[in-house]
Amino acid sequence: MSGKATTGSNPWLHRFAVLTAGCTFLLLGLGGLVTSHEAGMSVPDWPNTYGYNMFLFPFSQWVGGIFYEHTHRLLASGVGLLTTILAVWLWFKDSRKWMHWLGVVAFLLVVAQGVLGGLRVTLHMDSLGIFHGTIAQLFFVLTCALALFTSRWWAEMAPHQPGFRVPGDLRTLVLATTLLIFGQLILGATMRHQHAGLAIPDFPLAYGKIWPDTSPDAVAQYNARRISLNSENDITAFQIELQMTHRIMALAIFILTAVCAWLARRQLGGKDALAKLAGFWLALIFLQALLGAATVWSNKAADVATAHVLVGALSLMIGSMWCIMAFRRSEPITEARPLGAFGSQPILAANK
Amino acid sequence: MKIYPVVVLAAMLSLGSVAWAADIVGVITLKGTPPAEKEITPLKEDANCGAMYQTTPTTHFYVVDAKGDLADVVVSLKGITGKSTGASAAPAVLDQKGCLYVPQILAIQTGQKLIVKNSDNCIHNVHAMPAVAGNPESNQVQMAGGADLDFAFAQPEMFLKFKCDVHPWMFAWVSVFDSPYFCISDKDGKFVIKNVPPGKYTVEAAHRKLGTQVQAVEVKDSDATVNFTFEVK
Repeated sequence: MSGKATTGSNPWLHRFAVLTAGCTFLLLGLGGLVTSHEAGMSVPDWPNTYGYNMFLFPFSQWVGGIFYEHTHRLLASGVGLLTTILAVWLWFKDSRKWMHWLGVVAFLLVVAQGVLGGLRVTLHMDSLGIFHGTIAQLFFVLTCALALFTSRWWAEMAPHQPGFRVPGDLRTLVLATTLLIFGQLILGATMRHQHAGLAIPDFPLAYGKIWPDTSPDAVAQYNARRISLNSENDITAFQIELQMTHRIMALAIFILTAVCAWLARRQLGGKDALAKLAGFWLALIFLQALLGAATVWSNKAADVATAHVLVGALSLMIGSMWCIMAFRRSEPITEARPLGAFGSQPILAANK
Repeated sequence: MKIYPVVVLAAMLSLGSVAWAADIVGVITLKGTPPAEKEITPLKEDANCGAMYQTTPTTHFYVVDAKGDLADVVVSLKGITGKSTGASAAPAVLDQKGCLYVPQILAIQTGQKLIVKNSDNCIHNVHAMPAVAGNPESNQVQMAGGADLDFAFAQPEMFLKFKCDVHPWMFAWVSVFDSPYFCISDKDGKFVIKNVPPGKYTVEAAHRKLGTQVQAVEVKDSDATVNFTFEVK
């Protein structure tokens, strides 16, 4: 990312990248609603929709689960188009070679996502849904990164006084916390694609205990007493343990994020943008924890569960962008990127 | 005249084979208080489905009468394979009516035709989700007033799930047996497995929520009785 200087930002390219990232976020939400409403298989064919060309499916038939699955596919097509345009635009108009290839990666990833989603339906493979959901999160991070790399902030960022750099231990801690969040998202996607509803119906206890009984007799009783509106699979001991792991990881993430925010404030100062962002990140994680609890208390209401997915995506994105910006600020001073006075912009000055 | 004894002997043998078979009968009861059924609110809120109801229908995982008689228990002879008469049996019917599967618990033989109908004026998808290898998963469109869909399963399987993903509260459980020796308990908890040849058997009673129980029984020249009691703890 360092080395060859850019020639300044292209505001329209940047705005288009922001638009793509925003639409991707909406698409994540629609995808979340599909799973939350158990509608993933409500359209049995792909790429057609009930035998119609996808774009010509009558609006009167957008009923029940079809509404969520079909709108998800339509918006996915839109995001695919936006990503293609972005990739082409980056290739021809951005002077940075690595941005060309990042655009290509984005294009290939969105195509892969489309195919994965389609195959999940045509091959009846629930496990593909887990990959589809996980890659969606990574793709969202990538679109946000593209927006960041095409921003004026990125173009004008230059090495400053040592105090502007972000200490290595803080960067490492934020990176580790972000990776843990990604692991938590994979866990969450795995849980959602079990199609077994709530493995544990209460919070903060689990079947009335700190650690639930997962013996065969106990699990049989849980299933006997469970009355679901949907055709949920019976819960298993493994699913209960998965949920408990998810809860423990949530606590670990909260603690780590709090430490990151505290350390950022201490090492960078309260007015530093990255310190403020770390504080916002902590607030987001706290909200995520509340949404997780609400998901249980509402018996996995679709809108609450989907909000939990979306805030999870934002948490991953914020951590990732924080890391990228921190590394950008901490790039070593080289001949190509000489030290500038705090707030000065030697790179742009050289290009005038 | 020589033919007459042969005919008489043949008639006696065929009557004898029927006379030697008997039924296994019994009653299934539930001990304890089952969890309360839930109103299927999403059904009532659906524009197409809700219009078919005055009041909100409920789930029916536990169909129990005041005396504790338990319906919808699948009763079968355990371990009998290779005796299926499914290919020549009358088709079984699973209907989608009022945006619910009717009946919710069904039992058929391997190779027996299962007809799935759409009696509703709205779209459904029929998603069969077997868990046993050899029974393929399928997901088919069924438009309002559309043609019936036919299914047949080659392998025995308990509680094979059928669901509609357009209306996720719609589901049914179809058990598949490799013999004709099975039945489902009625609203009075009574069951009858017909025409069982004499011998010693293990009778298995399976409820979707309460699990499975087995009992040994011997069939001689008259009906054999075996009762089951399930308990909700």
